[in-house]
Amino acid sequence: MIKARVTVTLKNGVLDPQGKAIEGALGSLGFEGVNQVRQGKVFDLEVETGDRAKAEEQIKAMCDKLLANTVIENYSISLV
Amino acid sequence: MKSAVVQLPGLNRDRDMIAALTRISGQAPVAVWQTETDIPDVDLIVIPGGFSYGDYLRCGAIAARMPVMEAIRRKAEAGVKVLGVCNGFQILVEAGMLPGALMRNASLKFVCKEIKLEVVNADTDFTRAYETGQIIRCPVAHHDGNYFVESETLKSLEDNNQIVFRYAEGTNPNGSLSDIAGVVNKRGNVLGMMPHPENLIEAAHGGNDGRGIFASALEVVAAA
Repeated sequence: MIKARVTVTLKNGVLDPQGKAIEGALGSLGFEGVNQVRQGKVFDLEVETGDRAKAEEQIKAMCDKLLANTVIENYSISLV
Repeated sequence: MKSAVVQLPGLNRDRDMIAALTRISGQAPVAVWQTETDIPDVDLIVIPGGFSYGDYLRCGAIAARMPVMEAIRRKAEAGVKVLGVCNGFQILVEAGMLPGALMRNASLKFVCKEIKLEVVNADTDFTRAYETGQIIRCPVAHHDGNYFVESETLKSLEDNNQIVFRYAEGTNPNGSLSDIAGVVNKRGNVLGMMPHPENLIEAAHGGNDGRGIFASALEVVAAA
């Protein structure tokens, strides 16, 4: 079994109103000097295979088909 | 003209849609459940609004991967008209049947109000009852209607007259790029729109500005 973490983030140039709101809230809490906040998603997966290359290939397909919307999002995969 | 309405867990505007289609076409649409892989012969398939699968992951993302969507894709390829309203629009973009993505409203708030729509292209199967440039009233109710496409795709949408509706007169409720409220595919038989025309079709609704979309798609313009 292989564990993996998929991180999905908005592409550069895509506006992130939620990130903006969080940035504003950090400012109002007194955290100064925060130039940008971008919100994303993290998925932790366990796949049955023991083959790391195969696992990565499978997870990449999952990202392209469902976990990320590649019109607006990028993803990265890290095997644990 | 026969129609079908798709039903998925979490959609809640299906009854309004069924009522509108029944009223305008004179016959009840066929209800199609999400697991069906074969859709009866109809002229128009409608994916109504709501919150399919609780908006989990991304609005429409899970619904777009259900078996019924493959069946709808095949029908669309065969030329059947497909209309997605609100969550239905989100499902169509998630399924890759329409370009772009629908993101969280710029205000971060759910908006439920009446806006104005400009009919940008009245030369489609869904808008023949209107005139290009006509301004109509229409209700909206959504949290994720902020339409986004890359600039290249935006240009091709404009060049191919695929932008069918724009929010008019400063009524853009969600920060949508270029005020886009509804787009059609290249072939012209798949329309997605965030506003809810099914909720403005008769006097009891306070107007019938939305009726023309169904009248056009169901080819009952003369009776509208």
